[in-house]
Amino acid sequence: MNAGRPSVAVLVFPGSNDDRDAALALESLGADPQLVWHADEELPQVGAVVLPGGFSYGDYLRAGAIARFSPAMRAVAEFAAEGGYVLGICNGFQVLCEAGLLPGALRPNESLSFVCRDVPLRVERNDVPLLASCAIGQRLTIPVKHGEGCFFADADLLAELDESRQIVLRYDGDNPNGSLDDIAGVVNADGNVMGLMPHPEHATDPLLGSTDGALILRALVERARERALATASS
Amino acid sequence: MKATVLVRPKPGILDPQGKAVEASLRHLGFSVDGARVGRLVDLEVEVADPEQARAEVERMCAELLANPLIESYEIELAEDS
Repeated sequence: MNAGRPSVAVLVFPGSNDDRDAALALESLGADPQLVWHADEELPQVGAVVLPGGFSYGDYLRAGAIARFSPAMRAVAEFAAEGGYVLGICNGFQVLCEAGLLPGALRPNESLSFVCRDVPLRVERNDVPLLASCAIGQRLTIPVKHGEGCFFADADLLAELDESRQIVLRYDGDNPNGSLDDIAGVVNADGNVMGLMPHPEHATDPLLGSTDGALILRALVERARERALATASS
Repeated sequence: MKATVLVRPKPGILDPQGKAVEASLRHLGFSVDGARVGRLVDLEVEVADPEQARAEVERMCAELLANPLIESYEIELAEDS
C-alpha cells in the first residue's frame, strides 16, 4: 500500500448512490479510494473504510437493516474491532447503527418529509480521530439529504452516550429531522467508528458552497495514512 | 407452519407516520385519538412443532425483523389448514 496515497475502502451496496461522490472527494483529498462490492468477503489492504449514503437494499424493512448482513459488513466489523477507522455517512450511519457498531437508531424524519439542504453543525469534540482537524464548538456547514435521520436512543442509552461523550456532532439551530437532542453524529466507545447524517463528501469543493466536509474527510485520509505507515512498519 | 409477526413502534417513540394517519382520519371526519403504524410480516416456517417454530421466529425477530431499541413485536402462530 502506498502510504503517500493511502487506500480507503468505499463500500458499495445495491442501492448505494454516494459511493462515487465519496470516492471522488477522497481522491481529491489525497486518498486512493477502492470501491468494495458488498458481496466481497474481505476488504483490500486499507487504512480506513467509508460506508456511503444511498438506499441500500431499497431501505426495505428499516434503513440499513439488510445491508448489515452483507459479507463485506462482517469484514468491516472485524476491521473496526481491530481499531480500524470507519466512517458511515447517512445510509452508512444507518447501517452502522443496525449492525450494532454504533449506538442508537435512525427513525423517519419528524416532518415525514425528505430534507435536502445545507445545515449548520456544531463540533462537540475534537479528540476523536475523525474530528481531529476541527475545533471544539466550530460551526460546520454540510448538507443533509435524507428521509430517515431522526436519531433516537432511549433515556438510559442517551444518559450513557452523554456520560461517555459519544455525541460528537449536533445540529446547530436548525434540526432538520427531529433528531433527539439535535444529535447529528456519534462515535463508538473507542472513537474509531463514527457516523453522521450530513454528507461531508458533498462539501469538499467551493463550487458546492462549502468545503467544511473536507475537514472530516481529510482527517480520515490522515488517519488512514498513519495506519498504513504503522502496518507497513510492524 | 404459518406465523405472523406484528412489529410496532415502542410506546413513547415518535411515530410521524401514525401522526399523519391520525391527522388524515380526523380530516375525514373520524373521531380518532391516536394512531400508530407498525408492520406485519406473514411467514411460512418450515418447522411443524409449534414450540420450535416460535423459538425460530423469536430469533428472526431479534436478528432482523424488529429493532429492539425502537420496536416491540408479537408472534402469532397458526396451524396449516
